[in-house]
Amino acid sequence: MTSGFLSDLPLYASGLLTTLTVSLAGIALSVGTGIVLAAALRSPLLYISLPIRLYVEFTRGAPLMLVLFLIYYGGAQFGLVLNPYVAGVVGLGLYGAGAFAEIFRAGFNAVPKGEIEAADMLGLTPGQAFRHIELPQALGLTLPPSIGQAINLVKESSVLSVITLAELTKVAGTISSITFAVVTPYLTVALLYWAIVESLSRLGFYLERRLAVKGY
Amino acid sequence: MDNSLAVVWPALLDGLVTTVAVSLSALPLGAPLALLLAAAGRGGRLLRSASAFYVSFWRGTPILVQLLIVFYFLPFLGLELEPVVAATLALALNTAAFQSEIYRAGLQAIPMGEREAARMLGFSASQTFLRIEAPQAFRIMLPALVGEMQALVKNSSLVSVIAVTDMARRAQQVAASTFRPLEAYASALVLYVAVGAVLAGIGLLIERRLAKGVGR
Repeated sequence: MTSGFLSDLPLYASGLLTTLTVSLAGIALSVGTGIVLAAALRSPLLYISLPIRLYVEFTRGAPLMLVLFLIYYGGAQFGLVLNPYVAGVVGLGLYGAGAFAEIFRAGFNAVPKGEIEAADMLGLTPGQAFRHIELPQALGLTLPPSIGQAINLVKESSVLSVITLAELTKVAGTISSITFAVVTPYLTVALLYWAIVESLSRLGFYLERRLAVKGY
Repeated sequence: MDNSLAVVWPALLDGLVTTVAVSLSALPLGAPLALLLAAAGRGGRLLRSASAFYVSFWRGTPILVQLLIVFYFLPFLGLELEPVVAATLALALNTAAFQSEIYRAGLQAIPMGEREAARMLGFSASQTFLRIEAPQAFRIMLPALVGEMQALVKNSSLVSVIAVTDMARRAQQVAASTFRPLEAYASALVLYVAVGAVLAGIGLLIERRLAKGVGR
C-alpha cells in the first residue's frame, strides 16, 4: 500500500501541475474577459449592456460540465476540434468571466464620481485618473470577492476531468482503476485541492492587509 | 435538426425530474446538520474547531471529488446504497457546510438588544428564538438560501459522473445516440438556466410576501 502510494507520487505531481496550470490560465482568462464585460455592463447603451447581462446571468445558472461538453463535443460537430487543454481553459474562462464581471462592475461603481471629477480638476488626464485613482481603489475593494471566485475556479477545474484532461481528479480516477484502491486516491487529491484553496485564501488575507495599509 | 430536437427534449425533461428531486431534497437534508454546525460554532473551543474543520473541508474541496469519496467510501461502512441516494447524501453533506455559514451570519445579524428586550418582556428562551430571532433571521437569510438552492441545481449535474441518470446524463446519452452533441448540450444548458431562473423568481415572491407589514 505504502510502496504503491510512493510509486504513484509522480502521477499526483503531474496532476497537480496540470490543475495549477489550467486553473491559473482559466483565472487569467476570466479576469481579462470579466474586466471587458464589466465595462460593457456599465454602458448606458442597452444593446451593449443587455446581451452582456444575459450572458452573466447565463453563466450563473449553467453547470461547467455541460459548458465543457458543449465546447469539446459540440464544437467538433461543426469542425471545431479542440484539445482538452484548450477546451478546458476556454470553458473555465468563459464560465468564470460572468462572476468576475459582476465583481468588477460593483468595484468600479463603488468609487465615488466626485473623485474622478476632482482628479480632472487637478489636471490628471482620464488615463491617469483611471490608473492612479479609480483602478487601485476598485482593485482593493474587489480583492476579497475576487479571491473567492479564484478559489471557486480552482475547485471547478476538477470538472475538466470529464473531458479527459489529466488533472488531479482524473489522476485519482486513473490510479484507482490501476490499484483498485478507491478512497485513498480521492482523499489524497482532496487534500491537495484543500491545500491550494487554503494557500489562496491566506494569500488573499495577506494582500488585503497590505493594500489596506497602502491605500487607506 | 428538427428530428434530433424532438428526441432530445423528452429525454432531457425526463432527466430534469431527477435533477430537481436530487437537488430539492439535498437542501432540507443538509439543513439539520448545518444548524448543528452553526450552533457548534457558538459553543466551546473543541466544538468550534470541529465545526470549522468540517466547513473548511467541504468548502475547500471540489464537489466532484466529494461525490466520488462518498460514493466509494459508503461500501466500506457496509452501506450499499443506490447511486442516486449516495449522490443526494454527498450533496447534502456539501450544502450543510455552506448553509451553516448562512445560518451563522443570519443569526448574527439580529441585534443582541432584541433578545434582551424579549427576555425582559417575559418571553422564554425558546419563545425568543422561535418568535423573535428565527423569523427575522429567515428573512435575512432567504436570498442566500435561494442562491444555495441554485448552486445545488447546478452542482447536481455532477451526480451524472456516478451513473445517476439526471439531466446531464440524459444529455450525454442523447448526444451519443443522435450524434448531435451541440443540440443536446445546448438544450440542457438552457434548461438548467431556466430552472435557476424559476428558483430565483420563487425566491423573490416569498421575499415580497415576507416583507409585507415590515417597516423597513
